[in-house]
Amino acid sequence: MNPVNYLYLAALLFTIGAAGVLIRRNAIVLFMCIELMLNACNLAFVTFSRMHGNLDGQIIAFFTMVVAAAEVVVGLAIIVSLFRTRHSASVDDASLMKL
Amino acid sequence: MENLIALLVAAPLLGAAVLLCGGRRLDKTGHWLGTLLAAVSFGIGAVLFVDMLGRPADDRTMDQFLYSWIPVEGFQADVAFQLDQLSMTFVLLITGVGTLIHVYSIGYMEHDERRRRFFGYLNLFLAAMLLLVLADNYLLLYVGWEGVGLASYLLIGFWQHKPSAATAAKKAFLVNRVGDMGLSIAIMLMFTTFGTFAFGPVLGSVGRTSEGTLTAIGLMLLLAACGKSAQVPLQSWLGDAMEGPTPVSALIHAATMVTAGVYLIVRSGAIFNASPDAQLVVAIVGAVTLLFGAIVGCAKDDIKKALAGSTMSQIGYMVLAAGLGPIGYAFAIMHLVTHGFFKAGLFLGAGSVMHGMNDEVDMRKYGGLRKYMPVTFVTFGLGYLAIIGFPGLSGFWSKDKIIEAAFAKGGTEGWILGGVALLGAAITAYYMTRVMLLTFFGEKRWQPAPDPDTAPSVEPGIEVHPGDMPHPHESPRSMTIPMIVLAFGSVFAGGLFSLNESFVTWLEPVTSFEHGHPPIGAAAVTGATMVALVLGVALAYAQYGRRPVPVVAPRGSLLTRAARRDLFQDDFNHVVLVRGGEHLTRSLVYVDHSLVDGAVGGTAAAVGGLSGRLRKLQNGYARSYAVSMFGGAAVLVAATLLMRGV
Repeated sequence: MNPVNYLYLAALLFTIGAAGVLIRRNAIVLFMCIELMLNACNLAFVTFSRMHGNLDGQIIAFFTMVVAAAEVVVGLAIIVSLFRTRHSASVDDASLMKL
Repeated sequence: MENLIALLVAAPLLGAAVLLCGGRRLDKTGHWLGTLLAAVSFGIGAVLFVDMLGRPADDRTMDQFLYSWIPVEGFQADVAFQLDQLSMTFVLLITGVGTLIHVYSIGYMEHDERRRRFFGYLNLFLAAMLLLVLADNYLLLYVGWEGVGLASYLLIGFWQHKPSAATAAKKAFLVNRVGDMGLSIAIMLMFTTFGTFAFGPVLGSVGRTSEGTLTAIGLMLLLAACGKSAQVPLQSWLGDAMEGPTPVSALIHAATMVTAGVYLIVRSGAIFNASPDAQLVVAIVGAVTLLFGAIVGCAKDDIKKALAGSTMSQIGYMVLAAGLGPIGYAFAIMHLVTHGFFKAGLFLGAGSVMHGMNDEVDMRKYGGLRKYMPVTFVTFGLGYLAIIGFPGLSGFWSKDKIIEAAFAKGGTEGWILGGVALLGAAITAYYMTRVMLLTFFGEKRWQPAPDPDTAPSVEPGIEVHPGDMPHPHESPRSMTIPMIVLAFGSVFAGGLFSLNESFVTWLEPVTSFEHGHPPIGAAAVTGATMVALVLGVALAYAQYGRRPVPVVAPRGSLLTRAARRDLFQDDFNHVVLVRGGEHLTRSLVYVDHSLVDGAVGGTAAAVGGLSGRLRKLQNGYARSYAVSMFGGAAVLVAATLLMRGV
């Protein structure tokens, strides 16, 4: 199978994720969309690694996963405590920092 | 012996410190301490004087180096004293008259609850004045110069509860500031020209300096002298300074401080000798002031203001003499000393009269006081004879010499200056006779004391009930003794100084001296002076001695009315300086508001408006930040691709 198709898939997934980040308000969904974008990147890395025949891309994919896992831990903790104080997971409500 | 010089200054300075910091526990004894320290200073001065007399004429200058005040590379300012014949003369005058006036003040200020502070200020004045005349460089002189200005301010405004006294003090201080500015500029010019301020090097290197620079320095020194000595155009403060207690008027505003300008000019004689232009301006200022003061003195009904006009006029004589060069310096100082005696005596006499008349100052409400105050009458009368130049008395010897020297200046200037001085002598005789007749002769014109609510008593602490008639009485002995001593000085000092030209010989090593030869002969000048004197006295007698004097001043001629308003000096200052200054500041404020504030405000408004718009981007929605991030990333990617393509 032509590896370029994987790139198309990665672009598609990234776009879906980006659109979700821009459109949705629920923080959990937003978070999932970010994960989707990260994984789209991972897919692109792995594909390029395959196409170019070296392992750099695959290693970076691992890094991304580690970072994503760490980010999930922190991010989810924030979202849970936000939900506890405001009884809502909408990101638009958390806009107190604006001028 | 040299080490005693610092003690001259230290004694009154110590007195000032103790009296001003000592607090109320010194209220009972403070005046004795102040007087004692003034007398100590006089004693030291006398010892130094005797020592100085014992040495040859060219070896009489004593120096004392105290410490280096500002030791900076290329800028050396020392606290060092120089006592020469000129300084010695001043030291004896200041401490002598100063001590007498301290004694007088004990009686005069007896009822004042702030007497301790008064003596503290007087001692402060003595210390500053001695510093002024003893300094061996212009910078230290400036310290004393400012010190006497401060003491003068504090003492004019001593009765600060009276708005008029507070205002007069401020006026004196402000006008003096203008003159002080001249002195500081002169000192800066000296430093840039000569690289030092010490008298010796500055006056010694005059010959190697361009005349333009010297004229500039001389005119700045003259400005300083005008401020301190109340000469035209900075004369306006002296009349108002009479708001201070009478001993202050006698000591500071007649005998000593106001003559500091003459001291400055004579001390800087070498500079003026090398710059005939500056010297001529000095003589002109003196001539103008001597007429100005004399005319003002003729019209005033307030006894102290009449004497203030007279002081201004007599200092005009001294400045005129100082502007004549070596033929006049010694006579300027001689007149200064004799004037110190008779004018201090006249002021003390005026104070004594006021003391006995419930602090009435209007001479039209005196009259016939000679029977009630015999000692005051006799001492005041001797001072009067001295100031008008009655033959044989002090004023005759010194003033006559100045008039001679003015004629001896030569050329048209000599005739004009001499004529003015002669006219001044006639006017002096007129206004002093007027004061004398109004105060001590004629019928009693005493008025009941005014209501204190409408016209507050001049001095606090004296019990005056509205409606009380004054009961003139002779003053206590502490007041009459200084007057008697000063009267002796008024009578004999001039003759003593003129004996074998002893005073001139004494000063010659410092001021140098040349005999002036008036074009019409000295005897003719003396004769003319006598004629002027007789004319002045006769006119005053015709006006005030032969007919009754109205209690309320008549409207008077145009000149009288102008002179009552001090020849419009305040109006002139108001219109030209105050209004002019107001216009200047207003236009500056306009420029500030429209141009400077416009530029600054405009910038601020532009930045504010821009940031107000930019602020809208910060709306707190994570989404919109994400959009800008994506947008930015997209732009970056597009740019990268484009650059690759190119």
